[in-house]
Amino acid sequence: MQKPTKDGLSSNRDKRGSPGALFEALKPGMGGRVFVTVGTTRFDELIRAVDSHEVSNILRSRGHDALVVQKGSGEYKMHNLLAKDEAATTLANGLKVECFDFLPSIADHIASASLVICHAGAGSIFEGLRAGKRLVVIPNTSLMDNHQIELAHHLEHLGHLVCASPETLPSVLSRLDDTIFVPFEKGSPHGIVTAIDRLVGFSN
Amino acid sequence: MQVKYGSPPECVRTMAVLGSGGHTTEMLTLMEALNRSRYTPRCYVVADTDSLSAARATEKERNWGTLETMQMSKIPRSREVGQPFVTSVWTTLYAFFWCVKLVWDYKPQLLLLNGPGTCIPVCVMALMFRLMGLMDLKIVYFESIARVSSLSLSGKIIYQARMADVFLVQWETLLAKYPRAKCLGRLF
Repeated sequence: MQKPTKDGLSSNRDKRGSPGALFEALKPGMGGRVFVTVGTTRFDELIRAVDSHEVSNILRSRGHDALVVQKGSGEYKMHNLLAKDEAATTLANGLKVECFDFLPSIADHIASASLVICHAGAGSIFEGLRAGKRLVVIPNTSLMDNHQIELAHHLEHLGHLVCASPETLPSVLSRLDDTIFVPFEKGSPHGIVTAIDRLVGFSN
Repeated sequence: MQVKYGSPPECVRTMAVLGSGGHTTEMLTLMEALNRSRYTPRCYVVADTDSLSAARATEKERNWGTLETMQMSKIPRSREVGQPFVTSVWTTLYAFFWCVKLVWDYKPQLLLLNGPGTCIPVCVMALMFRLMGLMDLKIVYFESIARVSSLSLSGKIIYQARMADVFLVQWETLLAKYPRAKCLGRLF
């Protein structure tokens, strides 16, 4: 599964010890995993944006120890962070990287992540928010009739998530302030159910 | 809303239109919350190209243990995403004739809609039978949670033509623009 590279975690521990190093603030296990998902769609621009050493260093410096990418049906291969035909690795900076296309359920991956980076699909957004995760959402601007951008921007306006673009992802991630996320209050079908019950005459 | 039934009904024949994207997820979330021993039997309507929605609804019903009180009806899709308008006129007409038979055979007492293109012909047929006095049914439309500042095309048609007895949105931001809509909370 996760095969360590030549200088994997041990060399990273050395770097962390050096004063003023990038990994100064790194606390093992504090940052947790980062999960990237495009849902059932394809969104190569998002995967390409994540597939960079700049992003991997930013995530590492923020204390994250793993980057798990669900890339969907897109054609882009993560050739920068992963070697050819490699599904998982550990980078020189200590970040574990893993990539897969689809899973029947990504609930476990969302549950075990501390940060979720996803497309603006309502399914992915609400799955992340309802699990209480910090979300960075990248709307796919190439879609036609893209009302989902509205949803992402509205939820950003309410403080529940942060929007980015493939270009701004590194700067958004490095500036990310964990305290700005307003806790998301889960919705409930109760009000709608009551209205329907009343309409058809089920009063109790 | 005044209820026409003389005494409270025991159960209500329910028809729900599914659709790809988030529509099916939201409809099944609502269905899960409804008392299915009273909203029975249930007929799910799907576009025949949308086998995923059909499979998901069947799977849910199996998990609820209520598979024997549901049925699945597949109708020709009225408009594929990105289909040219001219050819969509023909496929829409074809879908309408299917819907006449579908609605007449099932005779729903409650129609649940949330936005896929397929819901328009079903809604129009149900309304037509109601206007002719052949059916007594209620129509509920709830807009997708993905709609924050404008309604979907189906939502606009149903809102403007006042087709639904209850028209719901999931964000209060829509109420200023659509004052006849109600916001009774989010599904998620």
